[in-house]
Amino acid sequence: MNVLVFTLLVWLVSLGAGFLGSLTGLGGGVVLVPLLTLVFKVDIRYAIGASLVSVIATSSGAAAAYVKEGFSNIRIGMFLEIATTGGALLGAFLALKVPAQAIAVIFGLVLLYSAYLSGRPQPVISESDRPDELATQLRMNSAYPSADGPRTYYPRRVPAGFGLMFGAGALSGLLGIGSGAVKVLAMDQAMKIPFKVSTTTSNFMIGVTAAASAGVYLNRGYIDPGLAMPVMLGVLTGSLLGTRVLVKAKTRSLRFVFSVVIMFLGLEMIYKGIVGGI
Amino acid sequence: MRGTVEWTDRRVENVIGNLLRAGVLLSALVVLFGGVIYLVHHGHDPAGYRVFHGEPTDLRHIRGILHDALALHGRGIIQLGLLLLIATPIARVAFSIFGFAEERDWMYVGFTLIVLIILLYSLVGSS
Repeated sequence: MNVLVFTLLVWLVSLGAGFLGSLTGLGGGVVLVPLLTLVFKVDIRYAIGASLVSVIATSSGAAAAYVKEGFSNIRIGMFLEIATTGGALLGAFLALKVPAQAIAVIFGLVLLYSAYLSGRPQPVISESDRPDELATQLRMNSAYPSADGPRTYYPRRVPAGFGLMFGAGALSGLLGIGSGAVKVLAMDQAMKIPFKVSTTTSNFMIGVTAAASAGVYLNRGYIDPGLAMPVMLGVLTGSLLGTRVLVKAKTRSLRFVFSVVIMFLGLEMIYKGIVGGI
Repeated sequence: MRGTVEWTDRRVENVIGNLLRAGVLLSALVVLFGGVIYLVHHGHDPAGYRVFHGEPTDLRHIRGILHDALALHGRGIIQLGLLLLIATPIARVAFSIFGFAEERDWMYVGFTLIVLIILLYSLVGSS
């Protein structure tokens, strides 16, 4: 295969991944790395470098739209970014030491977990109606716009959320994904932040987290321009199309199909990682 | 007081939104431009990413990337676009410092500085 054909094919696949990723809310990075390694036989380190770049592009592009709506909480985001960027730096340095096959197995496990998360129904969050002492000191209490005017919310369990965020950052740095699922989980389940606020704030943080590991990847020669170019342009175009076409009715079945695909990719990554086909 | 804080917050958010959009758009255009040059010169080379070699040193560091991009090398220009992309969220964080300082929220000025230092260390100091 020559460079021209390779570039066009990778661009098309990235476009599809970005499109489905934004339609289903699962993100494009999570399927890109397995597709690049399993289908295009790209070394997993190049694949992770390229995916990381596309994560920054989609997150920053989407965050531009979200911040204007007034749902994202800049203080919560910035405080937790200390944890995610610190974790991302650790993850990126780990990626330099851990053998490619082990990374493939960890990636497969994360894929299986993402498939499980998207397959099960959305858990109901019981929002707290009393201010938490630490969250108040950190000035995290805020309000978001709703149909009946601004609704106040009080985040809780800040240390637990901070710890989970460090883990999310480390995963992002190790695997080159946004790990938005873990971020939303930390804010929803641990800190009891309303869903609208947690999803938009998480999106706001993903780009910053990815930038923290992208620097390390760039300096160590893991980001190849010839591969990153079609991946970044494809995922960006695909996700922008996805946000335009957002068809509510079909999202549910699409989500199901996408999570089945993710599950198979996960099993394949684990298998290849163990038998040594990566 | 509360009203003032919210007003500044919203204004800061607007500027941040525009900053992010401009950064992503600019970097995508630079990457596209470099990509065209790269494909014109190397489109018929065999594609090979099966074996990991790591990038040559001039494509790993800001100075080398600038040098290659100014020489109009396709891969150098793409890498410059990617560098702009990585710099976009960093600029967002840097700008937030001014936003928090304007609100005299020194605690968050401190938090944001920590995030900025981690980001700059990764980009400049981690080689």
